[in-house]
Amino acid sequence: MNPVLESLAAGFDTVAWEESHGQDVARVPGEDWEAFARAAKEIGFEVCADVTAVDWLRQRPERYEVVANLLSIAHRTRLRMITSVGREDPTVASLTPIWPGAGFAEREVYDMFGIHFDGHPDLTRILMPDEWEGHPLRKDFGVGSVPVQFKESHQVS
Amino acid sequence: MVDEMTGMTEGGRPPSNPPSETPEGGRPPSTPPSEKTAMTEGGPPPSTPPGETRDTLDIWVAGTEEPQFQPTDEGTQEFGPDETEARLDEQFGRVVDDDYIFDDEVSDDERSVLNMGPQHPSTHGVLRLQLELEGEVIRRTKPIIGYLHTGMEKTAEQLSFYQGPTNVTRMDYLAPLHCELAYSLAVERLLGIEVPPRAAAIRILMTELNRVSSHLVALATNGMDIGALSMMIYGFRERESILAFFEKTTGLRMNHNYIRPGGVAADLPPRWKDDVAAILDDLPGRLDDYDDLLKANPIWIARTQGVGVISAEEAIAFSITGPALRAAGVDWDLRRAFPYSGIDQYEFDVPVGKSGDVYDRYRVRVDEILESLKIVEQVMDAIPKGDYRVADAKITPPPRGRIDESMEALIHHFKLFTEGFKVPSGETYVAVESPRGELGCYLVSDGEAQPYRMHTRAPSFYNLQALPIAMADSLVADTIATIASMDPVMGDVDR
Repeated sequence: MNPVLESLAAGFDTVAWEESHGQDVARVPGEDWEAFARAAKEIGFEVCADVTAVDWLRQRPERYEVVANLLSIAHRTRLRMITSVGREDPTVASLTPIWPGAGFAEREVYDMFGIHFDGHPDLTRILMPDEWEGHPLRKDFGVGSVPVQFKESHQVS
Repeated sequence: MVDEMTGMTEGGRPPSNPPSETPEGGRPPSTPPSEKTAMTEGGPPPSTPPGETRDTLDIWVAGTEEPQFQPTDEGTQEFGPDETEARLDEQFGRVVDDDYIFDDEVSDDERSVLNMGPQHPSTHGVLRLQLELEGEVIRRTKPIIGYLHTGMEKTAEQLSFYQGPTNVTRMDYLAPLHCELAYSLAVERLLGIEVPPRAAAIRILMTELNRVSSHLVALATNGMDIGALSMMIYGFRERESILAFFEKTTGLRMNHNYIRPGGVAADLPPRWKDDVAAILDDLPGRLDDYDDLLKANPIWIARTQGVGVISAEEAIAFSITGPALRAAGVDWDLRRAFPYSGIDQYEFDVPVGKSGDVYDRYRVRVDEILESLKIVEQVMDAIPKGDYRVADAKITPPPRGRIDESMEALIHHFKLFTEGFKVPSGETYVAVESPRGELGCYLVSDGEAQPYRMHTRAPSFYNLQALPIAMADSLVADTIATIASMDPVMGDVDR
């Protein structure tokens, strides 16, 4: 583990640390998500480079993972924090009050996965039209199809 | 843009206009105009006879000409004798007074909402801005995006890892090679393979040339939006020479699908060094021409300096990367911080601005072009010999000739293009420095031949978040200059 992260690790015993292909990954429980993010910003992770999510559908007990890639310009290092979010009422604390730059990214995750971010100032759809039904990047959302002539099924995916 | 040329006096010399006496008293003194007269072929024709040095700009600037005003006797159009000198200066355009004084007592009724875009020539695609105006001053801005959303992250989950670059190359269509590079590096990290040194060097050569071509478009569109129409023609002209090299190497001008997991699609073409050398010879002179056109141009400076300011703190808070961050004075370049493909073995500087305004972003881009050309030259001089892709038959297709004689090669070829290769399960995030900033790829594999999740951290998407703060309390006329200087590519924003 990067020595920069040791003080952060000492403050949170519920956080599981991993190394994924040379990058530090912190698996944070949902209730510590915001406190951990604030602590990370304290020790020098001043940029929230990216927020995204993964839908594990039936492969894992907790359906969604919310992934935030943090960047420290001062320490020249990265940290990835991941939390699991359940299938029923997927909600996690918003990072936008801590890093304003997470605003668009969390709107995208809300749009694409239907995960709610508590405390986000403007949680609306960003890429899909406002009246769109469903969340396209969920694994149970179909890719759609185009009608084609001269095919037995008349549909190819 | 007023570009009325001053008439030549006898002897071919323009009237002597000391450019330091520009009327904008509050602005920092502009740098003296360049004394270059040497124009390369194809540039604007020199306006002075050969051998004679031109010491002024051929641009009409309010307030710098000889006093020419003669009182007229045109009746009511005549300026009355009671006009003060200051008022006359304003009327004749010698002084531009556009500092809006905010009146606290303006009620909400006097605010109006203006929709700019999505179909607007200066929004660089389908960006829509909701501007809340008070007179001519922007109070609030809301960028509305998604008009170009095509679900490319969903598409990536349907394509195999080998087909993936075809998809991601269409995201940032001005820097397709950077998209391919980020994706390929992520796949290679999950596979645990290293590409041969020649493949890495070719990747750096191509992506740095791509940075040059992308920045040339940024300069061109930035110039066009503010009114320097010549800049648009020049920028696209020079970019074409790079795209011609790309076409020769990859087969396509854009959407190359050239950098693939395991290396690159093909080796560089025969006599590629001549083509690259021609680009290296040509571009620096052309950039000097652009500096003559824009760098000390008082109109350009008035439209860009102090406009659309993003401070370093704001840039960091809003996750802004790339030239916009460096223009704010933050020395941060992923090529330095987290080097990829062996870029740390080449020497280059990271240009950094000071004030974070439109002018600094323009200067940073110009300087970055020169630094990228430096890298290209070093790659060209010291390109390693060897294979241009890994020799692993499971990941890269066999050479065409082998397919005819070897059954195994035929099977590998068939399996690769029907099923693709499987990637061990895991997740990783790889970022490269694209012309617009940190272009990241978050890739999750569950052990199948398709990515389980592919997410692109699009730099334009994050940079657009800064528009509301960059444009707050500025004039509507500065909007397009600010948008152009952020250089958003809507294909990158909406994906």
